Amino acid sequence: MVLRLSKLVFALLAILFLVVPLIAILPLAFTSSVILTYPMPSWSMRWFTELFTADAWRRAIINSLIIGSGATILATVLGTAAALGLRNRLLRFRGFFRTMFLLPMVVPAVVLGVGMQVLLARVGLINSYAGVIVAHTVVAVPFVVVSVSGALAGIDRRVELAAQSLGAPPVTVFRRVTLPLALPGVLSGAVLAFATSLDEVVLTLFVAGPNQRTLARQMFSSIRENISPAIAAAAFLFITVTLLAGFAVILFRSVLARRR
Amino acid sequence: MSGSPTRTGRSLLLLAPLFAFLVAFFVWPLFSMVSQSVSDTAVLRLLPHSADVLAAWDRLSPPSPAMQAALMEDLRAVDDAQALGDMVRRLNSAQSGFRTLMSKTTTALADTDDPPADLVSIDKRWQKPEFWLAIANALSPLTDRNLLAAVDLGRDAQGAIEHLPPDESVNRVILVRTFWISALVTLACICIGYPYAMIAASLGGWKRDLMLAAVLLPLWTSLLVRTAAWFILLQEQGLINDLLQWLRLTDGPVPLIFNRTGVIIAMTHVLLPFMVLPIYSTLITIPGNLMPAAASLGAHPFRAFLRVLLPLSLRGVASGSLLVFISAIGYYITPALIGGPGDQMISSIIAFYAIGSANWGMAGALGVVLLVATLLLYSVYARLSAEEPGRS
Repeated sequence: MVLRLSKLVFALLAILFLVVPLIAILPLAFTSSVILTYPMPSWSMRWFTELFTADAWRRAIINSLIIGSGATILATVLGTAAALGLRNRLLRFRGFFRTMFLLPMVVPAVVLGVGMQVLLARVGLINSYAGVIVAHTVVAVPFVVVSVSGALAGIDRRVELAAQSLGAPPVTVFRRVTLPLALPGVLSGAVLAFATSLDEVVLTLFVAGPNQRTLARQMFSSIRENISPAIAAAAFLFITVTLLAGFAVILFRSVLARRR
Repeated sequence: MSGSPTRTGRSLLLLAPLFAFLVAFFVWPLFSMVSQSVSDTAVLRLLPHSADVLAAWDRLSPPSPAMQAALMEDLRAVDDAQALGDMVRRLNSAQSGFRTLMSKTTTALADTDDPPADLVSIDKRWQKPEFWLAIANALSPLTDRNLLAAVDLGRDAQGAIEHLPPDESVNRVILVRTFWISALVTLACICIGYPYAMIAASLGGWKRDLMLAAVLLPLWTSLLVRTAAWFILLQEQGLINDLLQWLRLTDGPVPLIFNRTGVIIAMTHVLLPFMVLPIYSTLITIPGNLMPAAASLGAHPFRAFLRVLLPLSLRGVASGSLLVFISAIGYYITPALIGGPGDQMISSIIAFYAIGSANWGMAGALGVVLLVATLLLYSVYARLSAEEPGRS
């Protein structure tokens, strides 16, 4: 009895520890005060107005959208192609390629950031949109590879063989059979890639100039320098976007699961 | 047909773009960071002729006229004040007095009306082999100076490796601190994560789903948002201090932010999912009748846990711990925002050298240390998860 009660208390406390910080920040986005604490004097939308009208924040949101889209497209195309290539189980060095494609998830961001800054400065891409997009693509691509590989592993090979035996050339098999079946995996990979780019701070700190400040970068420096409820409003935006993205991924995955 | 050359060719063609992309923008940057940490061309770049002549010097005898002429020629050709400054700084760190000697020498050489015959006529110090030895030692394009300095070692005048004096020995303190904080966070994650995974695995239906959702929700949320949330909660007028005072546990606010406590709380929260999920996935594969079997044989529940459940789930604990520890040692954002000056980890120092003081050599050398530690731990993790039974 005591054991069960203590288990219940522990589980509840742990759930609170995990979830409360995320919930506690949300109402502060609607405070009318200039300081970021409870109790809030009254509700107001002023910090959202600030977010979308103040030059630094608006610029940062636009930059995040530009860079996020660029990195998502690049990572999705490269990652999907690579996942298709990795499907071939008889390929030599398959394990080597797979490890290399996943390694950007493992290497600490600061280490990659130093190397990237040195290299991009040398090739003249430092402080440019192209440079930031390339950097974000490197860290986003493993998510696409994992997600698409998972979707491809679930495809019944006999469906493709049937299409082939009916005379479809490889390109048609891919376009009409493989790609539609793997599409949920490709889409959830793309969503994860976008979320990764949106949240990326460290690489941005190293390779972006003042003109490429992203929303995450702007949040990071305003927590450091002039903390204001605009941060809570930005966090609200972040949580909303990631929740929507999460729902999208769950939706895509359930489409995948239903097909099986 | 699956092994046909066309299929292999097609696979390689599909792999090639990402492979090329990662070689260019992942492998090459890491390689340039490593080469940056061992390259030392500040002196060689400006003194090419002296390098040729000094190669034949026996490193003991007084400087020959040829050496002096070569150095004079090199110094006259220098037109980049920044590069000259870099070189003088590098030489002065090897042999004190170089700064004044160089400025005197370059001024004299710039005087075209009355060109000096040789270097010794400008300053007597040019007769001493020490100064020439410093130049000769600095001419090698490769150096282990930065890598040694990253772990607080250096070379003495004879070239033997020695410990740096305590006032220059900051890096080892930071390395030890990085590993210590990461170990504490890993331990905290085990203490919360293991019972959590055990309870979740023992439940069914919506209760299990709720516990798993509570782990996945933070995993989904942006790292920056979670850190900002802890910033707000931990501050002096934050919710946690309000709660503590409301419960009459303390009279005044407890300092929770800009110190070690805050860093460990926030990092534990951020990394806890990486501990819970691997442990959970090993626990659910353990047959549910093992514990009752141990109990029926007379084992106390605690003894049954120690002898049955713990050994079987140890692999999950090991994977989770490695995952948490690997992520923790590379952390930058959370210590930078929640920690004080005494809680900065190796990543912060790397960022300081790279962004703050543009010292690429040191940033690269510390980056190499962090990279090697991460890759070693990751290879252990990869081996552990590859051996996992039931997963191909």
